[in-house]
Formats: sequence, structure tokens, C-alpha cells
Amino acid sequence: MDKEFISIKSNSKTKSTVEKIAAIIFTCCAVVSIVAVVSITAYMLISGTPALFEVGITEVLFSNVWAPTAADPQYGILNIILVSIVGVFCAILIGVPIGVLTAVNLSEIAAPNVRKILKTAIELLAGIPSVIYGLLGILIICPTIYSLEKMIYAGSSTHQFTGGANLLSAIIVLAIMILPTVINMTETSLQSVPDDLRTSSLALGASQIQTIFRVVLPAAKNGIMSAIVLGVGRAIGEAMAIMLVSGNSVNAPALFNSVRFLTTGIVSEMSYASGTHREVLFTIGLVLFVFIIIINIVLTFLIKGGDNNGK
Amino acid sequence: MKKLGALLLAFALSFSLVGCGNSSSSDDDSANTDISGTVTMDGSTSMEELVNGLAEAITEVYPNLTIEPQFTGSGTGIQSVIDGKVDIGNSSRALKDEELAEGLVENIVALDGIAIIVNSENTVTNLTTDQVIAIYTGEISNWSEVGGPDEAIVVIGREASSGTRGAFEEILGIEDECNYAQEINSTGAVVAGVQSTAGAIGYVSLEAISDATGITAVQLDSVECNTTTIADGSYTLQRPFVMATKGEVSEQSEAVQAVFTYLESDAGQELIESFGLVVPTE
Repeated sequence: MDKEFISIKSNSKTKSTVEKIAAIIFTCCAVVSIVAVVSITAYMLISGTPALFEVGITEVLFSNVWAPTAADPQYGILNIILVSIVGVFCAILIGVPIGVLTAVNLSEIAAPNVRKILKTAIELLAGIPSVIYGLLGILIICPTIYSLEKMIYAGSSTHQFTGGANLLSAIIVLAIMILPTVINMTETSLQSVPDDLRTSSLALGASQIQTIFRVVLPAAKNGIMSAIVLGVGRAIGEAMAIMLVSGNSVNAPALFNSVRFLTTGIVSEMSYASGTHREVLFTIGLVLFVFIIIINIVLTFLIKGGDNNGK
Repeated sequence: MKKLGALLLAFALSFSLVGCGNSSSSDDDSANTDISGTVTMDGSTSMEELVNGLAEAITEVYPNLTIEPQFTGSGTGIQSVIDGKVDIGNSSRALKDEELAEGLVENIVALDGIAIIVNSENTVTNLTTDQVIAIYTGEISNWSEVGGPDEAIVVIGREASSGTRGAFEEILGIEDECNYAQEINSTGAVVAGVQSTAGAIGYVSLEAISDATGITAVQLDSVECNTTTIADGSYTLQRPFVMATKGEVSEQSEAVQAVFTYLESDAGQELIESFGLVVPTE
């Protein structure tokens, strides 16, 4: 190498400057995300709270009449909140057992080549854009649910038929969507369970299934809880897919009702809302934001608990 | 007759524009494309797409012409043009007698027709206006009540901001009374929903039904929905898009006249049709 050639790697003169500049750049990068979080929080509070006082906290949060464009507008979002809670809860109820057992299969039981195929499939599932899940829902889930609906409510004159676009379809789509999150998190925590535990259990005469359910899963409890919480986070924030399958009318959360979630409520009306209506949409965003914060706090708590257990 | 005269004049002007190019033999200045100025508009939110499209497209012919639209609602728009605050008042309904008495001229630039569609397996081919109202307000919930198969009705509509929904509910007088099973964000998705759901009923603008398969546009009060029946007024689920001016178009400023000239030209008519609207035949 020619000596005139200045390399930032080896030149002692430039070295300290580069170090300093690099430190500044890294700090700036770190600040970006902090600024983003702080400004989002501030913005959500500033834009989400006025409507609460303008319309009245009980009128917004505890009323179930949503008619923002009517001559006498009503901004009750109780139904929307309940739909989100019920929908996500049911999706978790379906998705978590499937996800956890898949992870058990992956980490404990499956033969290497099966595991390879399964792993690829799950990675693919995680990478599919959410709108594709929605399309799948329209093509396969909605027609199936529609025939089910026709069977259950045959002859009913009071039920409003939704054509398959209802809460149940949304729950199924959400349950599938959270699978990759739950499976990956659970599998990681299962694999971090020391092999000693398994071999000891087997040596004491427990069968493989007994070992999995009595030893490995309890040991990985915290990781699995985190997986569930992350799944809730994913499900509650999803908009695009469920928008296509949930029907989008504001109704109480019943399985065969056309419903609107917190996210879809914002997406479907933001483009034209103005005045108080717009402010209430921000309030919906604030409610969603609060949910996510609660989920994150729970998650942090769980991970800390996990560390303590590990020690 | 006044309107006809104005339209004929505008038509003649547009002809001179298209036919003669730059060697225009017309002695009328309106045909030249150098017109500069600003046209202010106020009115119907349903006409927002059309007006914004017009504001953009008109600059291709009249590069120096600016349209400044506001969308506050038909009533406000009409009041604004009566008060002289704006040049053109946009209204998505016909003008009332008292508004015409204020000296406004009702220039109908387009007709907005809405087709009612059902799944093609459905045997119902005709509905009365009252039946449509009853279906959308939830009084009728099974096709057998209107002479069809024993199949539950799935009421599909558009989201609250939709111009089509606004028009549909406004014409039938059922604003905010509809009981939707599905509120869908686009015309295409409504068509898809009706295609895939045997008991579905939906409404879409006229253009959406022309090349769609798997759906049937039902007759309303025994009148088929097509451009002819909308233009002659026999199909009732339609409304006019009016650009009201105070006094005849010919009495307006050059810039305002240019807007109407453009709308009457081939490009203008294509623009109107591109928004799924029908060009009035008179």
C-alpha cells in the first residue's frame, strides 16, 4: 500500500476524529427513535384527548351509538372497543394452543427433515403481507362462514345476514396471522430450556409427552407468556386483513355480526372525517395506543420475571 | 329553452375549438385557449371527484385557467353563488323553484345513475322503489318477500363517505336509516361481494355493471338501468350534477364560459364519463 493513501482504518490522525464522528452519528440514530416515540405519545395525547372532553368521556367510551355523520352525531365507541377486545381474545384462544403445540412439535418431536419443511413454511407465513390474509379470508373463510351462518340462522327473521363478513371470520384470520409470532417465540424459549432437564426427566422414567408437559413447558413458561402477549399486540394492531373480512358495520361483538375494530374504524373513516368526528378517530387511536402500551408493560414485566427465574 | 340555447352555444364553441385548431375562423374569443383567470366554485361534496378531475384536466386545454373549488355541500354552494361569493355553485340535486327565482340557471353537466345489483343466481329481476327502501332499512330480510328464492338478504353498501352511498340514500330519502351488513370501501369490492354471496344486494355506479359477470342489475319499477333510461329520466335512481350560475352562461366571465365550453367538448364529455356519470342528451 502506498503511504500517501489515507485509510480511515489505520491512519492515526484520522482515527480519533472518525471515532468521535461515529459516536455522534450513533447517538443521533439512537435519538431518532426516542424522539419518534416521545412525539408519537405526545401527539396521540394532544390530538386524542380533546374529543373526550368535547363530547364527554362517558359519551365516547361508554356509549355504543356510533353515528358520526348523522344530523345529530353520536360518537360512542364502546362497541368498537369491545369488538377489538373480544376479537383479539378469541383469536388468542384459537391461535395460541395451535401455535404452542406447533412449537413443541418443532422443537421436541419433529424429525430433522420434517422440521426443516415446517420451519420454512412458518417463515413464509410470517412474511406474507397482511392484505393477502384478507384476500384469503374473502375467498375461503367468508363463503364457509356464510354457509355456516345460513345453517345456524335458517328461518330467523331477526338476524341480519352478513354474507360471511363478520366477527367470526375476522377471528379466524387473526388466529392464523398470530401463528408465526407465537410459534417462533415459543420455539426459541423451548430451545433455551437446558437439555439436562429433559434427560433427567427421561432418566426418571417419564415418557416424552410427560417430559414435554410437566418439565419443558413449565420451564419455558415466561417465554410462552411473552409469545402470547406479542400475539395480542400483533392481533390488536392489525387493520388491513380484517377490514376485508369483518363487514365494517358498527355492531355489538357477536360472532355472526358485521363488526368494526379499533383499527378498521380509523382506516375506514379517516379519509373524510372532519371536526369532532376526526378528533374522535384520534381518540380511537389513543385507546389503541393505550392498549399497546399496556401490552408492552406486561411484556417487559414477563421478560424480567423470566430473567429472575433463569438466575 | 334557455338551457338548450346555452348548451347549443357551448357546443358550437367547442366545435370551433376542436375542428378549427389554431387557424380558427370563429370570431368568438371564447374559443381561444389563452384564457387566463380563476373560477371559484363551491358546493356538493358528491361532485368533489368530478370537480377535482375537471380542475386538473382543464389545464391541458386552458393552461392559464385555475379552478378553485370548495366542497361544503349543495345548499351552501347554491347560497354562495346567489350571494355572488363564487362563480359557480355545485349542486348534486335539481335546483328548487325559489333558487331559480333568485336568477340562477341550472346547468346540468352530468347525471349520476346508481344501479342496484344482485347475485346472478337470484331470480329477482325487478324491485319497486319501496321494496328497495324496505330492504335497505331492514324491514324486508328475505328474498321470498319480494318474489325471490327463500334466501336471506345480505345488505351490502358503501362506507359513509362514499358519494354513491350519499346519492343512494339521498334519492331514496333514507339517509342514516340504512341497516348495512357490510360497508365496503370501493365499487369493485361491492361487485365482488355480490358476486360471491348468493343473497346479496348492492348498489354501484352505472359504469361498474357494464363488464361485470356474476351479477344482475335489477330493474327499478320495471325500468332497466342504462345510459338511455338515465338520460331520459325514466330510471329514477339518479340525480343531476348541476353547476349553477347566476344568469346565463353566456353572461359570465370568459373563464367561466371556458369551463362550460370544456365540459361540452369531447375531452370534457370523456372526463364526465370516466367518473361513471352520464352525459345529459339534451
